[in-house]
Amino acid sequence: MSNSAGLEILDFSFPGRRIADAFPPVLVGVVGSGNLEVMLESAAGDDCSVRIETSARGFGPIWRAVLADFHERHPLGGIRISINDMGATPAVVSLRLGQAVAELPGASS
Amino acid sequence: MNLSYAECTARERLAHLLDAGSFHEWLPPAERVTSPHLAQLGVPGAFDDGVAIGRATLAGRTVFVAAQEGVFMGGGVGEVHGAKLVGLLQRALRDRPAAVLLLAESGGVRLHEANAGLIAVSEVMRAVLDVRAAGIPVITLIGGANGCFGGMGIVARCTDHIVMSDSGRLAMSGPEVIEASFGVEEFDSRDRALVWRTTGGKHRWLTGDCDALVEDDVQAFRAAAIAALGAAKAVTPALLEAEHALLSARLREMPPPSDDSDDATALWQRLGIADAQRIPDMDVAAVHALRAAAEVPR
Repeated sequence: MSNSAGLEILDFSFPGRRIADAFPPVLVGVVGSGNLEVMLESAAGDDCSVRIETSARGFGPIWRAVLADFHERHPLGGIRISINDMGATPAVVSLRLGQAVAELPGASS
Repeated sequence: MNLSYAECTARERLAHLLDAGSFHEWLPPAERVTSPHLAQLGVPGAFDDGVAIGRATLAGRTVFVAAQEGVFMGGGVGEVHGAKLVGLLQRALRDRPAAVLLLAESGGVRLHEANAGLIAVSEVMRAVLDVRAAGIPVITLIGGANGCFGGMGIVARCTDHIVMSDSGRLAMSGPEVIEASFGVEEFDSRDRALVWRTTGGKHRWLTGDCDALVEDDVQAFRAAAIAALGAAKAVTPALLEAEHALLSARLREMPPPSDDSDDATALWQRLGIADAQRIPDMDVAAVHALRAAAEVPR
């Protein structure tokens, strides 16, 4: 679940209902105290896979809840979400995920 | 219309400073060329290791550009971050763009990466001098909230041309480092007025350490960068001797320490600048008028 010296790596996967067309990678946010960066990339298959590397250990259940809530709003598939986190709060995480989706091509629909 | 340069991220600066849509990134985030050191220390990395590099056009001319992200590890130069800067400069030797722009925002070497970061910064300096020797100007823009310190401060002064905003800062040791080394009586790092009097854009411009002083506005930086495209200065013994003469003259001008007046204001007075006490309150246009009147060297 994590490597020896402090970073925690979390993996989640959700079944997508809206399969995204191929798109160039999207990056939002920066890795700084209380902040995070979120990268969206096209991926094979119908799932939405998420990998998080975070310096704040032990918040797996909260990440799962925040991501499930996000996926309910945006049930995207064929997408890979990668996150580098430095202790962002759940509200900041939700905003960044929404910002990333807003930058997808044709996101206004 | 006014977009604060200081408040932009590195990528926002690239998007607004260069010709719209012209930035082509090398080693973009999706390539995941990240620090090999940070994870071992339990510190999250960034997909671009805190610097975006690539080519773009500026007023239609091809330029190479690097932008450091100050929010990630204070813009610190680690092994990969430094290698990206060196690679960009070495590619400039081959492809000969009109200029290389460094959008610097950095505390210097990323201490987590210690020797690898120190070596990286020294390699950046060598690469900057190689590009200059090839007649390609290297232009540094400084206006981020973290300023430009440590090894990147030296790199900046190795380049042909420096553009700063009045909120930008440029120095070797940062305020906290000076205070930790010499005590609060020598330098109070929490005295923001003192910090800007001694490292800020106005001071650097008045003393000739930077070449253009602009407002904290991305379009002002863009205009200054365009104006600097022809600013190559050949690195010759004569140029170095002139630089040494300037620094020797400044050392002679430095007033003895006094309790009545701070060093920076006293130096400005000795440079012949009127109203030296009022400089911290002045806007950029008023400061421009002061230097024109005093005819500071350079």
